[in-house]
Amino acid sequence: MIAASFFAVVLGLASALVAGLVGSFALMKRITLAGDVISHLALPGLGLAFLWHFQPLAGAALTLAIGIVLIDQLQRRSGLIAESAIGVVFVAALAAGTLVTPTEDLIDALFGGFGEINVVGFALGIAGCVIVAATIYVLRHELILGIFSPDLARSLKINIDRVNLLYLFSFGLTVLLGLHFLGSLLVGAMIIVPPAVARRLSNTLDQYLILSALTSMTAAGLGFAISFHWHLPLGPVIVAVVSAIFAASLARRRA
Amino acid sequence: MSAILELKNVSVTLDHDTIVRGVSFVIEDGQSIAIIGPNGSGKTVLLKAILGLIAYDGEIIWRPGATVGYVPQKIDADRSVPLNVRNLLVSKAHVIGKGEAEITQVIQRVGLSEPVLATPIGHLSGGQFQRALVAFALLGDPDIVLFDEPTASMDEPGEEQLYALLDRLRTEVGITTVVVSHDLSFVYRHADNVLCLNRSGVCFGPPRGVLTSKLLAELFDAPTFYGHTHS
Repeated sequence: MIAASFFAVVLGLASALVAGLVGSFALMKRITLAGDVISHLALPGLGLAFLWHFQPLAGAALTLAIGIVLIDQLQRRSGLIAESAIGVVFVAALAAGTLVTPTEDLIDALFGGFGEINVVGFALGIAGCVIVAATIYVLRHELILGIFSPDLARSLKINIDRVNLLYLFSFGLTVLLGLHFLGSLLVGAMIIVPPAVARRLSNTLDQYLILSALTSMTAAGLGFAISFHWHLPLGPVIVAVVSAIFAASLARRRA
Repeated sequence: MSAILELKNVSVTLDHDTIVRGVSFVIEDGQSIAIIGPNGSGKTVLLKAILGLIAYDGEIIWRPGATVGYVPQKIDADRSVPLNVRNLLVSKAHVIGKGEAEITQVIQRVGLSEPVLATPIGHLSGGQFQRALVAFALLGDPDIVLFDEPTASMDEPGEEQLYALLDRLRTEVGITTVVVSHDLSFVYRHADNVLCLNRSGVCFGPPRGVLTSKLLAELFDAPTFYGHTHS
């Protein structure tokens, strides 16, 4: 029990750190909405895993991977139709996921908290965090130039489509890492809210990235403490904390 | 001198509309080519085809290993992103496999002061932004730089300063350039050859040879332009 709690806290903080980093680039790329849609694509996979009694995160990984390829293809077709299609994917995934998930597991799938983290899950989770952080580190220059101007990036022979797809897979892996704690409905919050806080409080790229990761880790840490102390469900508490931090950041005039 | 870039009968069709039709020219090392033409004549489209950003028919032949800088007409970048000039230059330096040492040098070459490096892109004036784009293009010492109306978002003094900068780069560094420009006096002064584009055809040659009043009137569909005949 103590080991499981230790694993949960350490993995939760590590996942929060990478969520803050991945989210920083999502905000700059203006794909937070598409990113939120990706997180909901985990629900049908979780539902099928609960239904057929296999590892929930394996089911989520499968539907996330399919969803990422779908969203990537839709994003390459800019315009209203693509935006509508992404919206349709979002509600369809939520509806299908709700229908296939057994009622007794639905709350866990939506808000997190299913199962305990064993040593294998912990090791895989930490490996996932390292992969996401390494991918973002390696791609950072291409991502920055692509955010500034896709044409300028392409003129430097950067394969923007490949960079975007690798980024989306990192995003999907980050969703998978947070799913256990937050569920498919709330996991997007940890990717969207910390960079929004950091953007308000920072002036430089380095400050922005560090503040986003720190905000995310602070929310996770406080969330764990409040949840343990008052026996409240972890996922909603973490999201409540990060939302409160965002509300507090509004008090400061934007940098 | 050797050819750095050759276009052979290049056409670009977008959405079943042929924007650029049968363009051919050669640019040698150290030369400057100006591209002129009315709005919608395909100047930007041609540059994008040369850069390989859009599909085209015909042949575009680069000298093997040629490096290219590009100054786009406008950048639709979200200026609220927390990126400063240094972030962009550092990222380019890494992508092209160069060190960061050149950054200060390139910033000075375009007439910007070092503190501008730390300025968020959203806080730059139009002129500073444009110069920063030129610095970005020059970083890594490219063999050729393509400028797409580099003065489009600048006021008149800014325009003159930028054109003076291009002249200086040409005489001091011997840089090879392709410049899309509306400024005919710059074209006469700066370009070895001029490519005139409009939907009905193209012309190519030294400015004093091809830019007659008649051709300019035809090109822009208005008799308001005149040729410089003094030496």
